[in-house]
Amino acid sequence: MAEKKATTKKAPSKKEDSKKVAPVKQETKKAAAPAAKPKAAPADAPAQAATVMPTMNPGDARVGVFICHCGTNIAGSMDIEAVQEASKKVPHVAYVDNYKYMCSMPGQTVINKAVKEHKLTAVVVAACTPRLHEPTFRTATKDAGLNPFRFEMANIRDQNSWVHMHDREGSTDKAIDAIKIAVAKAALLQDLHPKSVPVEKAAMVVGAGVAGMQAALDLNAAGIKTYLIESDMSIGGRMSQLDKTFPTLDCSQCILTPKMVDVGRAENIDLMTWSEVHEVEGYIGNFDVTIRKKARGVMTPKEAEAKGIVGGGCNGCGDCENVCPVVKPNEFEVGMKPRKAIYINHPQVVPLIYTIDFNSCVKCGLCVTACGPEKRAIDLEMKDEFIKVKVGTVILATGYDIFPIENKKEWGYKKYENVISSLEFERLICASGPTGGHLVRPSDGETPKRVAFVLCAGSRDNTGIGKPYCSRFCCMYSLKHAHQIIEKIPGCIPYLFYMDIRSFGKMYEEFYYRIQDEGAKFIRGRVANILEDPKTKNLHVYTDDTLLNRPIDMEVDLVVLAAAIEPKADTNRTRKLFGVSCSMDGWLLEAHPKLNPCGTTTAGVFLAGVCQGPKDIPDTVASAEGAASAASIPIHMGAVELEPYFAMCIEDKCAGCGMCVNLCPYSALSLVEKDGRTVMQVTEAKCKGCGTCGGFCPGGAIWMNHFATPQIVAQIDAFLLGGEQ
Amino acid sequence: MSAPGNFPIPKRGPGIWQPKIQGIVCNWCSYAGADLAGGGRIQYPPDVRIVRVMCTGRIDALFVLKAFADGADGVLVSGCHFGDCHYLEGNFKAAKRMFMVKRLMKSIGIDDRRFRMTFVSASEGAKWGAVITDVVKTINELGPSPITEIRKEMEIK
Repeated sequence: MAEKKATTKKAPSKKEDSKKVAPVKQETKKAAAPAAKPKAAPADAPAQAATVMPTMNPGDARVGVFICHCGTNIAGSMDIEAVQEASKKVPHVAYVDNYKYMCSMPGQTVINKAVKEHKLTAVVVAACTPRLHEPTFRTATKDAGLNPFRFEMANIRDQNSWVHMHDREGSTDKAIDAIKIAVAKAALLQDLHPKSVPVEKAAMVVGAGVAGMQAALDLNAAGIKTYLIESDMSIGGRMSQLDKTFPTLDCSQCILTPKMVDVGRAENIDLMTWSEVHEVEGYIGNFDVTIRKKARGVMTPKEAEAKGIVGGGCNGCGDCENVCPVVKPNEFEVGMKPRKAIYINHPQVVPLIYTIDFNSCVKCGLCVTACGPEKRAIDLEMKDEFIKVKVGTVILATGYDIFPIENKKEWGYKKYENVISSLEFERLICASGPTGGHLVRPSDGETPKRVAFVLCAGSRDNTGIGKPYCSRFCCMYSLKHAHQIIEKIPGCIPYLFYMDIRSFGKMYEEFYYRIQDEGAKFIRGRVANILEDPKTKNLHVYTDDTLLNRPIDMEVDLVVLAAAIEPKADTNRTRKLFGVSCSMDGWLLEAHPKLNPCGTTTAGVFLAGVCQGPKDIPDTVASAEGAASAASIPIHMGAVELEPYFAMCIEDKCAGCGMCVNLCPYSALSLVEKDGRTVMQVTEAKCKGCGTCGGFCPGGAIWMNHFATPQIVAQIDAFLLGGEQ
Repeated sequence: MSAPGNFPIPKRGPGIWQPKIQGIVCNWCSYAGADLAGGGRIQYPPDVRIVRVMCTGRIDALFVLKAFADGADGVLVSGCHFGDCHYLEGNFKAAKRMFMVKRLMKSIGIDDRRFRMTFVSASEGAKWGAVITDVVKTINELGPSPITEIRKEMEIK
């Protein structure tokens, strides 16, 4: 509605303009330019005591332009001399220099000296991207005695020399324009002061797999109160489903359970299982997170005590499970074992609290009777609870799911009984699994003698059905699987159908040699088709052996698909709550792939483990420790500085229409009475500086710090009108 | 001649028209995607000049119109994909405004293909290259902005 109104309002004025073009420019300028000049800005400054902005006339601006060669990165693709000469003619430019590496110490000294010697009021560095070196040069600007926000960057590398490598003329012209645009803004820059906000001394970790547990344990050890949120009923994640771990062949549960127990006991960890993040508000240092505690139907001893049932609550005896009449497939065992409607995942669960699956519970009440009058742990009428907590930083460790490998129809998963996924194999070979560790064929319970492993099942797949990326640990666990069947089933031969064996980690290649020596057979070729012999239920694996250059039809008893992995189903919802982006393949996007792999573009939100991209256990734990360390820094510092890009109301111009109030996604704006007029007021702590209000305000009454209308208009003019204003 | 990338390098010189295209992009998705294209050395034509804002929500319809009034042959606004906005919903609001700009352009007789809003995420470097290549191609086909032409005629008179 609001937009429609605006259309009708603006359309006629534009029509007038189209008849005679010149006035439109003047009109916009009149509205815009004076605001940059002293009058408007001081008028609104007193209203915002925190950021008093001494303004200046751009006519007095003395801008220094510093052009970086970046070795040959920039200088190799454009004519630096020409750029320098052209920059000298740009209005307000008082000094131009160039240097081989502007970000180096000598380069920064060049800036420092020039600011002092030539009495510069603003600095423009034409170099890489502000996303990389803005902090460096802001510090250099500050060291030279200017306000750090009197700095503007012209991106002439990432968005110029690197992408126009064969167009010297074009990239030189573009660099000159980029400098004009930067200078135009620099001439209008104002002193800004970042606001320091306190950081809540608490953290949140979302997901309690091995990554989330490690991160929470580290935060706990650092003395930080940590809320560990897990959507499943117990912690441990994928790692608790595994049997052995490569290449050391440690039992996965044996090395994981001590950590699980530690998490359960840790003084500073508030463990919330069967819970999800429901809503997130706030910013670094002050995230208000609402957690949805799903109704589990069973009370913990603590909860029971709170309800006045002394000595009550679930003690994990399992009496309820025995009497429950409902039988369902157990998801933890990948559906290969039954469970009841009230159940636990496996005997070593932390916390040892039963959970009712209300989707299948018939509410017969047998469990309530079995639980008895003393414990009274079961409440069939339990409802979801919403809990609000405040945390300073957040770590996302949401993990992965197995790619639905049945989508690759040629391998017959879910069509042929004896084609299983690697996760099913893990459960079948695991001593605590449905068969007590005996690997059997699902069709007849026989022990297989020939097992085919299909690697890259859905990974490295450019057909659009699978995933284009390497899932990174399937090679290694398939080698481990091969070892396990050689060890457990005498005479059984594993056949590995592979494209490449990627054994890249410490002691991984050595493990590969060991498995070769143990007698596993390796066939290099992508499996084209798998067909079942309907009588024996044996499987025929068809491929091309690309080393021997001949087609292969191999009959085996069991096929194990080393399935690709994909982000956990709920990842998208969770990441949007925290404002985290994802890359094209759905994994969460890190702030920098090399230099900041744990950070995100949302300050205060960090990534741990596979949610950022496929990782084996050592890498996952390392990334979790990295994330915990990063997340603890703002908490230990006690305060963080926020970029001062707030909105401000120019009260003289504000008509109090209130359009902006509804536009603000953070409820940072409100209408107040001032001197008998209704005007908008900004709550700075809530404003994140997106400028959605400023982009709409029909009266031009909203001043966006550092991205003010006159600054942006000056940039547009600088490019299109050549910078002469 | 043609460099790596799907476009020819044009002849330049006095009297040869070069498209002037104003890009206004958001810091978190498209600007980062453009940087990624740089890291990946994805080659595209150099005719778009970028102004960075924090969010496409910041972009007043008047900025776009100002660019056209100043003589831009084309304007490109690029932000995050819907649902991916760093500020939750700035790109939705921008998109609504930009539709309005398109309608306005049609009604005053400027080909609305001169103005485009695209959605390029921080991980879509290759897409950024394709978008720019296509925008430049479109503007090259459309030729100089009629506003510039009219202004020239007025100056001659």
